[in-house]
Amino acid sequence: MTNVPSDLKYARSHEWVRLSGDTVTVGITDHAQHELTDVVFVELPDVGRRVKAGEACAVVESVKTASDIYSPVSGEILEVNKAVADNPASVNSEPYGGGWFFKIKLSNPGELTHLLSPESYKAQIGQ
Amino acid sequence: MLKRTPLFAAHQKLGGKLIEFGGWEMPVHYTGILEEHQAVRAAAGLFDISHMGEVRVRGPKAQDFLNHALTNEVRKAPAGRGQYTLMCNERGGVVDDLYAYHVGPDDFLLVINASRIEDDVAWLQKQHAGFADGGKVQLENASDEFGAVAVQGPRVAEFIDQCLARLPGSESMAAPLSLLEKNDVTVFGFEGENIYVARTGYTGEDGFEVVAPVEVIEGVWNRILEVGRPFGLKPCGLGARDTLRTEMCYPLYGHELDENTTPIEAGLGFFVALDKGDFIGRSVLAGQKEQGVSKKCVAFKIAGKSAPPRPHYPIWSAGPEVKQIGEVVSGTQSPSLGVGIGMGYVPPQFAKPGVAIEIEIRGKRFAAVVVQKPVYRKPTRG
Repeated sequence: MTNVPSDLKYARSHEWVRLSGDTVTVGITDHAQHELTDVVFVELPDVGRRVKAGEACAVVESVKTASDIYSPVSGEILEVNKAVADNPASVNSEPYGGGWFFKIKLSNPGELTHLLSPESYKAQIGQ
Repeated sequence: MLKRTPLFAAHQKLGGKLIEFGGWEMPVHYTGILEEHQAVRAAAGLFDISHMGEVRVRGPKAQDFLNHALTNEVRKAPAGRGQYTLMCNERGGVVDDLYAYHVGPDDFLLVINASRIEDDVAWLQKQHAGFADGGKVQLENASDEFGAVAVQGPRVAEFIDQCLARLPGSESMAAPLSLLEKNDVTVFGFEGENIYVARTGYTGEDGFEVVAPVEVIEGVWNRILEVGRPFGLKPCGLGARDTLRTEMCYPLYGHELDENTTPIEAGLGFFVALDKGDFIGRSVLAGQKEQGVSKKCVAFKIAGKSAPPRPHYPIWSAGPEVKQIGEVVSGTQSPSLGVGIGMGYVPPQFAKPGVAIEIEIRGKRFAAVVVQKPVYRKPTRG
């Protein structure tokens, strides 16, 4: 069983979203990091880039594979987590904490309703 | 339907994450590639290699037949010795790379790649049909009869004799396994079956490979796991097998080797005995040795921080004329060195240690340098 915090929203592509005002923080779920195994590299988007919901905007690499990270919402990249680029293993050790990827200023807050609740995400990953 | 090895249930029990590899359902890791990699470098690891194929070649002319079909000098490996060798087509292209175990008088066991079993057997049968003394050679695909495991790492010699001991009264058995020399192979008894044990491997560490009938392979696996655990042994998947062999620059068929690439181009000329008389592919290989090749397999190390290099990423020259000069064939983040490493084919003028090249990763080029093989060398202790 992997951890699915009850205060977050989720994308089908295994990103989590934490809302704070008109800004969200995005990372990948415990389930995703477990499937990826040892993360050895994280490539982050440029600050200021405008992304659409569902757009690939970061890459996470394990020894075996490279996987795209999709923005769960539309908006502008406000900040990226430089610490996770320096220490990619934090994606594995604290996926909901120090392992976050980027923050987005929402351009269409209505999109949040398309995201999954913790219960729906749990169902998706068979928990 | 993917094929499963006789250890499939054992992998499930250990929680191995199963993936497809060359038509087989195999564990890529149990707990994590990095952890398993480190276990092999620092202590010991146990791999299921039952997917690999075995071909028995027996008879009074078996040695002559193999010397015709394989590139290395088979006569340099008397009974009790194994030898790394290659099998080439008439163009010098590699049909497979393999280990030839000389397990007894006129008795050889070829250990071949899983993905190549059908091609190898068909190729060997064709050569056998055209071999003058074919009646004195028996060729048999024994791949379904055998399972195999590799136990690798610096601490293996401390416990291998507790795993597989000489049976009481069996005078024909070799000395304790820990006394075998590198590339020695011997026959042991295990639960009433003959098993083959060789001091060989694919990790750059000391260790053994055990080829045993499918009926007893799980017993061998469980025995080594149980005895090895207190020494730090971990079950290891194909992920660590790949990072370990890439650090050592050992070729993997389908990456460094294929039917359009010769052992000379691959940097494996050491295993081509041009002076042993004629063999399949010899004229092309001798020509390349004399006149040079148009591509060479090099090892490289990325200079700074980058995403791991992966197969098919373009290789660029760093100057004075910047252009694409080749492609990565194997690449990974080296768990031992903490940087991107790999191998690729480039024109010979770039195939010298110290030459600056660039690896293109998702549209960006990263500085790298051609290095001597292997990329990883064990730190000298003390």
